[in-house]
Amino acid sequence: MQSQDLIPHLFRTEYSKLVAVLSKFFGLDHIEVAEDIVSETFLAAMETWPYQGIPDLPTAWLYRVAKNKTLNHLKKHQHFNKKISDGFKKSNTWIEELVVDLSEQNIRDSQLQMLFAICHPSISTESQISLALRVLCGFGIDEIADAFLTNKETINKRLFRAKEKLRTEKIQLILPSDEEIKNRMEAVLKTIYLLFNEGYYSERSETLIRKELCLEAMRLNFLLLENPLTNQHLTNALMALMCFQASRLEARVGGSGEIVLYQDQDASLWNNELISRGNYYLTKAAAWPVISVYFLEASIAYWHTIQEDSGEKWENILHLYNQLLAIAYSPIAALNRTYALAKVRGKETAIQEAEKLGLSNNHFYHMLLAELYRDQNPAKVKSHLQKALELCKTDSEKKLIEKKLSKV
Amino acid sequence: MKEFILIFRHENATGKVSPEQMQAWMKQQMDWVGGIAAQNKFVGGTGLLFDGAKVVDHQKMVTNGPFGDIKETIGGYVIVKAENAEEAAEFAKGTPILQGEGNTVEVREIAKH
Repeated sequence: MQSQDLIPHLFRTEYSKLVAVLSKFFGLDHIEVAEDIVSETFLAAMETWPYQGIPDLPTAWLYRVAKNKTLNHLKKHQHFNKKISDGFKKSNTWIEELVVDLSEQNIRDSQLQMLFAICHPSISTESQISLALRVLCGFGIDEIADAFLTNKETINKRLFRAKEKLRTEKIQLILPSDEEIKNRMEAVLKTIYLLFNEGYYSERSETLIRKELCLEAMRLNFLLLENPLTNQHLTNALMALMCFQASRLEARVGGSGEIVLYQDQDASLWNNELISRGNYYLTKAAAWPVISVYFLEASIAYWHTIQEDSGEKWENILHLYNQLLAIAYSPIAALNRTYALAKVRGKETAIQEAEKLGLSNNHFYHMLLAELYRDQNPAKVKSHLQKALELCKTDSEKKLIEKKLSKV
Repeated sequence: MKEFILIFRHENATGKVSPEQMQAWMKQQMDWVGGIAAQNKFVGGTGLLFDGAKVVDHQKMVTNGPFGDIKETIGGYVIVKAENAEEAAEFAKGTPILQGEGNTVEVREIAKH
C-alpha cells in the first residue's frame, strides 16, 4: 500500500479507536482534547513517514505517538492537577505509570461505550448520526457534509450541539447497566440503521460514499455483536437486514445514477458473500423466540435474494408483510404488501386493495398502480406515472419515472 | 377515529378442524388482517383457545366449556380503527370466519374514557 492510500486507510480504522480510548481516559467531557491529540498524531505520521519511511507496524507507531502526546498534554494542562489529586501525588514517576490502555479489549469496550453515549436519548437523531460518523467512523467534516448534502457549517453546528449535550447531561463512557442496555438497544440500533439508510437511499450518485456509509453502519453493528451483553435478537436481525440490502447496492443504481427497481435489477451484480452473511445472522436471530420489525424486514429481504419468481416466494413475502403491518404500519410496507398481493392473488385484487390504502399523495402509490395497470390499461399507466412525477422529490426518482413514461 | 371490536362468534365450534383447513383458514385470516393493517387501521387482536376453557355460572359452578348448552362460542376478536360502525362492518365482511354457516361477527364500538 502506498503511503497516500495507507494514511486514509489507517485514519478510517484507527482514528475512532484512539478517540474512543482517549475520551475514556480523559472523560467524555474532554472529547475535543481526545480528538485533537489523535489528529495531531496523524499529522505527525504525515510529516514523518514520507521521509523516514513507513514503519513496519504503522498502527503500533500511531499508538505510541498518541500515548506520548497524551502524556505531554497531561504534563502541560490542568488535568495534571486533577489526576495528581487522584492519589499519584507522592510519586515522582506517576506520569509513566499512567497507562493509556490500547489493548484490543479496551479499544472494543471504549468504542461500544462511545456508541451508547452517542445514542443517548437527549441528543437529536441527526446530531447522533453526525457525531457517530465523526468519532466512530473517522469521517471528516467535509465528508459528513457531503453525505448529508449540506454544508460544513451545518455539520459543525450539529457536532457542537451534540458535544454540548454530552457535557450538560454528564454522559459517561461506561456501558449502561444490563437493564439500561435493554432500554437503549433500540435507540442504538435505530441510529445504526439510519446511518445505513443514509448511505443506501442517498441522493448521491457516487457509489463510493454510499457504500462506505453502509459498511460503517455494519461495522458498528458488528461491535454490538461482539459483546455478549449486546449480542441480542435485534442486533442479529438488523445485521441480517443490512447484509441483504447491501448485497444489492451495486445493482440498484444505474449508469446515469438513476435507481434501478428490484424487478429490473441485474442479479449477477448481487453480492453473494453478503447474502450468505445475511443468512447466517438471520438464522442466529431466529434462535430467539420473538418477532421484531427488523426480523420481519430481514426475512422479507431474504426472500428477495431468491431470484426465481415462485409462488412460494411471494406467498411468504405477503405473509411477512401481513405480520409486519400488524405490528408496525408504514406507507411503504403497505404498498409493498400490495405488490406482493398482486403476485399472489392477481392484479385485479391488488388494484382494489391499493385503492383503499389512502396513499394517493404518495408517489410510490402511483408508481405501484402504474405497475399494476401495465399491459392492461396504458392510459391509466400514463396518468399514474404523471402523478408520480408531480409528487416525487428527488432527481434519481424523476429520472426513473421519466424513463418509464417514455416507454408507455 | 373510533375503535371497534369485531368479535367472532362461532356456531357449534368444536375447535376440531383438519391441519389443511387450519392452514388455509389462517392464511386467509392473515391476509384479511394484513389488508386492514395496510390501511393503518388495525389495532390488535387474538384468537381464543378452546383448551381448558371454563364456564362459570351464577351459582359459581365451574364447568368445562363453552360446549354443551351454549350453542355459540367466541373464537377471537380483532380491534380496528374506523370512522363509524358501518365502516367497521365493511371490514368484518372480509374475514373467512363468515364462510362458516351460522358464524357471525359482532361489531361494537369500544368505549373510551
